[in-house]
Amino acid sequence: MKRFRAWLVRLAGLRPGGRRDRELTDEIEANLQMHIDDNLRSGMPPEQARRHAILKLGGVEPTKEAYRDRGTIPFLENLMRDTRFAIRHLRKNPGFACTAVLVLGVGMSASVAIFAFVDATLIKPLPYRNPAGLVGLFETVQFCPRCPLSYPDYLDWKKLNKVFTAVDAFEGNGLTLRTDSGAEVVGGALVTAGFFKTLGVAPVLGRDFRAGEDSPAAPRTVILSYAAWQKRYAGNAAALGQTVTLNGDPSVIIGVLPQDFHFAATGPAEFWTALHTTSNSCYPQRGCHSLHGLARLRDGVSVQTADANIKLIAGELEKEYPSNRGQGGSVISFTELEVGRIRPILIVLLCGSGLLLLIASVNVTSLVLVRAESRRREMAVRSALGGSRARLAGQFVTEAVVLVAASATLGLVSAKWLMRLLIGLIGADQMAAMPFLYGLSLNLRVLAFAAAISVAAAAVLSIAPAWRSFLPDLRKGLAEGSRGSAGTTWRRFGANLVVLELATAVVLLVGAGLLGKSFYRLLHVDMGMQPDHLATLRIAEPDATRGNNAKVVALAREMISRTASLPGVQSVGISTTLPVHGGNTMWIRVLGHAFHGEHNEVGYREVSSGYFTTLHAKLLRGRYFTEADDASKPPVVIIDRALAEKYFPGENPVGMQMAYSGATSPPMQVVGIVEDIKEGALDETTWPTLYVAFNQDPDDHFSLIVRASNGEQALLPTLAAAIRRIDPGIATFDPRTMRGIIDNTPAAYLHRCSAWLVGGFAFLALLLGTAGLYGVIAYSVSTRTREIGVRMALGAQRGTVYRLILKEAGWLIAAGIAIGLGCSVAAATLLRDLLFGVRSADPEILMGVAVVLGVAALLASYIPARRAASVNPVDALRAE
Amino acid sequence: MNDKTDIWQGTLALMVLKTIESMGPLHGYGIARRIEQTSGNLLSLNYGTLYPALLKLEQEGCIASEWGVSENNRKAKFYKLTRTGRRQLAKEARDWQQATAILARFLSPSGDAA
Repeated sequence: MKRFRAWLVRLAGLRPGGRRDRELTDEIEANLQMHIDDNLRSGMPPEQARRHAILKLGGVEPTKEAYRDRGTIPFLENLMRDTRFAIRHLRKNPGFACTAVLVLGVGMSASVAIFAFVDATLIKPLPYRNPAGLVGLFETVQFCPRCPLSYPDYLDWKKLNKVFTAVDAFEGNGLTLRTDSGAEVVGGALVTAGFFKTLGVAPVLGRDFRAGEDSPAAPRTVILSYAAWQKRYAGNAAALGQTVTLNGDPSVIIGVLPQDFHFAATGPAEFWTALHTTSNSCYPQRGCHSLHGLARLRDGVSVQTADANIKLIAGELEKEYPSNRGQGGSVISFTELEVGRIRPILIVLLCGSGLLLLIASVNVTSLVLVRAESRRREMAVRSALGGSRARLAGQFVTEAVVLVAASATLGLVSAKWLMRLLIGLIGADQMAAMPFLYGLSLNLRVLAFAAAISVAAAAVLSIAPAWRSFLPDLRKGLAEGSRGSAGTTWRRFGANLVVLELATAVVLLVGAGLLGKSFYRLLHVDMGMQPDHLATLRIAEPDATRGNNAKVVALAREMISRTASLPGVQSVGISTTLPVHGGNTMWIRVLGHAFHGEHNEVGYREVSSGYFTTLHAKLLRGRYFTEADDASKPPVVIIDRALAEKYFPGENPVGMQMAYSGATSPPMQVVGIVEDIKEGALDETTWPTLYVAFNQDPDDHFSLIVRASNGEQALLPTLAAAIRRIDPGIATFDPRTMRGIIDNTPAAYLHRCSAWLVGGFAFLALLLGTAGLYGVIAYSVSTRTREIGVRMALGAQRGTVYRLILKEAGWLIAAGIAIGLGCSVAAATLLRDLLFGVRSADPEILMGVAVVLGVAALLASYIPARRAASVNPVDALRAE
Repeated sequence: MNDKTDIWQGTLALMVLKTIESMGPLHGYGIARRIEQTSGNLLSLNYGTLYPALLKLEQEGCIASEWGVSENNRKAKFYKLTRTGRRQLAKEARDWQQATAILARFLSPSGDAA
């Protein structure tokens, strides 16, 4: 305590100001006088009295110094003096200071911002109790490693497993909410009663589902998300106990979820209802797969053990039920499910920003080194005057710390800004799929990361010049002046740094090139349709028509004819699922082919007569559906080329019959073959797809697809208004253009993000790398002015001087590019999983990068070369 | 001069505290003189070393200082003991006596070294 108090007082003593000094002088003077008085009184002559007193004191100045050291903390006082000196020094070189701070700040801000994303995604735990113990359950079939479960399979897994403490099921689903003005489709989720207990999430208000609340007999209950509670009930506790009508069923609100709760797998659900097996015709069927499994591992059970157990159970079910043929099971860590897709991209981005930071630090290091070089004299003088090496090195450290502190401040502020910008670019749709990004912030972990890179940068920036300065003996600095051997050593050292910079820039450029090309390929993948000028709107028919096929068809026809008559509309089609969305599958068999109950799984959608013409699809054979293909006629289907090739090899399918694999399925006649349409994800091969006539097998949920002559974006609100004029009970949602849909698919989105970000890093790296090269060449020219002057005086032509300088630059550029290309081939394997339609060692990209960097670098070295060539030999020689 | 003992590390503070306690508020020179006198002129005290020691004690809160006028009418800084200082003095004196007593036992010829 006493010691602490003393430190505090000494710390306070660091405050500049001479009051204490003056007081000490007074005190010593007074005491000295008393001593002299005493000596005089004892009979000494005045001269001796004074001498004796001072001797006894041990000297006035040493006393003062000892006192001062005790009064403050000498180390800190030196530090403050060094800091003030460093700041003054930097202020006198604003060009150097601004460049260094800006360059380093940019590098830091990119790294910190990307790390914040990494933190929010990969480091921050999901908002569930012990998220490491949560797993997702899937059924697997060939081509589909993570397929949904059927309800009966879920029940069997739950009963038979020996590895979980709890198993639950859920399904994200749009729900039609009855409102005062009609109907609205809202984000919803159906969950089994134990779902939130398994997650370890408790409602902030009201209660959780009780066991058995998901049984058919139980009254319907619903839990609100926090956002829905705020938005629809203004956060009023009176919401509890109120009744809402969802999909026609009145349900009582029993609870509200916590604010930070998110669950990416269902999308942003506002209403969480207990799953009732009666609410969906799919649930009772073992062959109908719509549910996702969620389970909590028993203590000590690994994901692998659980996976083996589930595979065993799936194997038994496979033997027992024909519908389970070819179906396995799979257990995957839940964290992996939520963030697994974005992890490789984040890692690539983190590496990219790290490389940018590396280039930035190398660049600033070489700036600092050039300055240290020009300060050799100053250092030599200070050393000769008795400055210890530690003290001189301390000066470099202090300057580096001041520089880095300024850069880090700039970096943090701009990182905050950059993060906001990136979140803005992500858009609402993608945020819904990555809700963990809402947790993005400059938290302690991110600040610790920033501190760590700052310390590393400060270390590099202080060690490099200190080491360089002490390498040859300091006194040489005095003897030699600013030229001579030191210049050449520096040139060699700086050259190495530039090669490092250029090579890093090459790696980033190659990465950006590969991602960019891959993105281009993805957007230009053959869609089998023309996605421009298409507007789409999703529709949920009202409760009144639900379940009545004739009424559903009649209303759909009404909608088609109303929208077709809107101005600017060329044609209108309907599909149960939009292109690029994947969708349902069915098991089929071809009549007349041998069939032993195999699961011939094909994509499946119900489409109207106008679907193919609206998309501008390409008919290969036969015909499209017509309005005459309705319930009164025998069923007809259209198949795509993939299905034709897989299930009708060497045959003409048109006119042949097929059926679903169930025994009661009526035969369906193939009337046409269409070129493959991209019905699934852009980066995946499309499944063979079966198209059924909507009028023969309608659905009360579908999408309208409208081809506009122009201005499809502006058409969207008109479209929704026109539909609701028919019947306000029709819920319309998700108005989007087909281009918008394609651009926002996860594949396109993730590609675009990574391509742009890495592109940005690469651009900055190119800028910094060439600037670094310029610096080295310019410095080299400035130290060789005299040599060039001599050469020219002896008759060297301008061309020779150009060649001299450009040859020096050329070597550096060639080395940088060669090393960079070598490294990027290795680094590109890291990118392999992210690339689409591009090889990791793409010769076009490698060549392109070499050319771009080569040209930029040559331009950068041309400027100093020109300066060298325009040296006036007389001036150069006279200057010596 | 040479046969005078240099002051032991850490004991100067104790001497200063004890001196101020017995003499009342005193200036630096007075303290130095008093220490020399008390030691029977056996200690060689460099008066300059006293000032950092006084500053340290003041920083620790053991003594307080104020400007006053000396016996022969000179303006001087006077140091006096604080409550903390009094406690500190008691404690250090006790510790010191204990230490010397132990050492004395070892060194006394009649002592039982076993």
